[in-house]
Amino acid sequence: MRNGNLTEGYLTLSQVDMTFGTGSTANPVLKGINLQVRQGEFISLIGHSGCGKSTVLNIVAGLLRASSGGVIVDGREVNSPGPDRAVVFQNHSLLPWLTVFQNVEIAVDKIFRESRSKAQRRDWVLHNLDMVNMTHALDRLPSQISGGMKQRVGIARALAMEPKVLLLDEPFGALDALTRAHLQDEVIRIQAELGNTVMMITHDVDEAVLLSDRVVMMSNGPSATIGQILPVPLPRPRNRIALAEDTTYNHCRQEILCFLYDKQRKVAPITAGRQGADRGQAEQIVA
Amino acid sequence: MAATSTLTTKGTTMNTTDAFDPMRAGALEAPEPPGAVRTAVSAAAKGLLTHVLPPLVVVAFLLLVWQMLGSRPGAALPSPIKVVQDTWELIVNPFYDNGGNDLGLAWQLLASLKRVASGYSLAVLAGVSLGVLVGQSTWALRGLDPVFQVLRTVPPLAWLPISLAGFRDGHPSAIFVIFITSIWPIIINTSIGIRNIPEDYRNVAKVIRLNGIEYFAKIMLPAAAPFIFSGLRIGVGLSWLAIIAAEMLIGGVGIGFFIWDAWNSSRISDIILALIYVGLVGFLLDRAVGWMGHRVTRGTSAS
Repeated sequence: MRNGNLTEGYLTLSQVDMTFGTGSTANPVLKGINLQVRQGEFISLIGHSGCGKSTVLNIVAGLLRASSGGVIVDGREVNSPGPDRAVVFQNHSLLPWLTVFQNVEIAVDKIFRESRSKAQRRDWVLHNLDMVNMTHALDRLPSQISGGMKQRVGIARALAMEPKVLLLDEPFGALDALTRAHLQDEVIRIQAELGNTVMMITHDVDEAVLLSDRVVMMSNGPSATIGQILPVPLPRPRNRIALAEDTTYNHCRQEILCFLYDKQRKVAPITAGRQGADRGQAEQIVA
Repeated sequence: MAATSTLTTKGTTMNTTDAFDPMRAGALEAPEPPGAVRTAVSAAAKGLLTHVLPPLVVVAFLLLVWQMLGSRPGAALPSPIKVVQDTWELIVNPFYDNGGNDLGLAWQLLASLKRVASGYSLAVLAGVSLGVLVGQSTWALRGLDPVFQVLRTVPPLAWLPISLAGFRDGHPSAIFVIFITSIWPIIINTSIGIRNIPEDYRNVAKVIRLNGIEYFAKIMLPAAAPFIFSGLRIGVGLSWLAIIAAEMLIGGVGIGFFIWDAWNSSRISDIILALIYVGLVGFLLDRAVGWMGHRVTRGTSAS
């Protein structure tokens, strides 16, 4: 252990506030977020859309600067984006003019240019693509592969950066239910293999329980904060079919549903612009 | 072209089929059936029929109408058959050289193309650079955009007197007119392309910490390439339009002056032949840039 102390947070968010805009247009999104994540822990952030989950992830990634408070990863404060906090973006964000191989290669070549030889880097790209079972499509362009495959490549690219913390921003939100289940299983397998520290944003209750060691539930905005943290005491490896009947699993599930629909019922009026997004989310939570 | 060099792909030919599972394999294209060759041949025949036949029919019809109009007594313009008879020497000897301006049409076209090549290349360099600047910097946009918007509406030939005054010579003036005519769509399209780069690509670049030059070469140019190339395509068309007009005024060798010279000596058939050549060359230039854009932006515009 690099910190020598497991109870100390490997990833620590302390008193993170976030306000967009200033003066009369100020929009306080986050207020007093405190969270400690252990090394190797899998954390999910769940909450209604618009509650600022993605803002939390972007602050950890360094893509946004917190208005106050700070984020510490492995003893160092976060103040800019970097490969030690690799992000798997919601819409895969592969570069469409690069092949599957090149999309991973661009990150590997940049990050390990000095430390590894050309052959080593090439092997490393192949290794990570192999991990997500994408070596059969190395020369395909993103437009030639399915949504699930794109997300696999996105995951391979993030894993190839050897991040201290892997950030998943609703990684399976845009996928159909079957593909999503398939990819969740792969993430479980990869997590068991590599023991990454992972922070995942999701709005899928089952996904949160199935994958996480702890589920962080966020209250509604404005000034959203952490409402409740639920440990998921399920042994690993986890099997979705066996867990369907499991009492602990169902209890965890119920706790989250209760938080989302009882304690944090979405009361904000549904405006025309957000309607689609909100409806989509509600369906997924029910599903 | 700057964009072309950054996009050359490294040959990564690895195909491992052992990692297949049925779920994923379903999403891949089915392998080509054995009868693919026969299908390809019949598809080519069908393509010929549906794509080549209609224009041929239309052209034949237009020639027929022209022939009928041109062969009336007292017609002002020659009929197509008369044009071919009059210009037969020019058609069969495109490369003759009788000294001075008395050159074959191929030489005339080549002289014009050379001017376009110099002017257009300068416009591509300057246009893409300025477009990147305006696309990247809001201050540059605010400062330069009004200037561009006014200058781009100035007709090509209006630039000719001022450039003749400045350069005191026909040749650089013609090149300048090409440059100033074709640069605007290149600047504007490039800047739009840069402004439209998705935030996701910028985020990816930030996470892997690309520096400014790497970001420019690996993200910005390829991401903006579809826009840049549509600007380049409009630009090449405009430059071909401008060169013909400019050459009419500056004289010397060139297809524009050839047309003007033919008019002055009442060789109407020569003018018609030259017009057809001008049209065909313009078409080929447009297609060449379009094809290049298609090659370079493979994938980008598809998604």
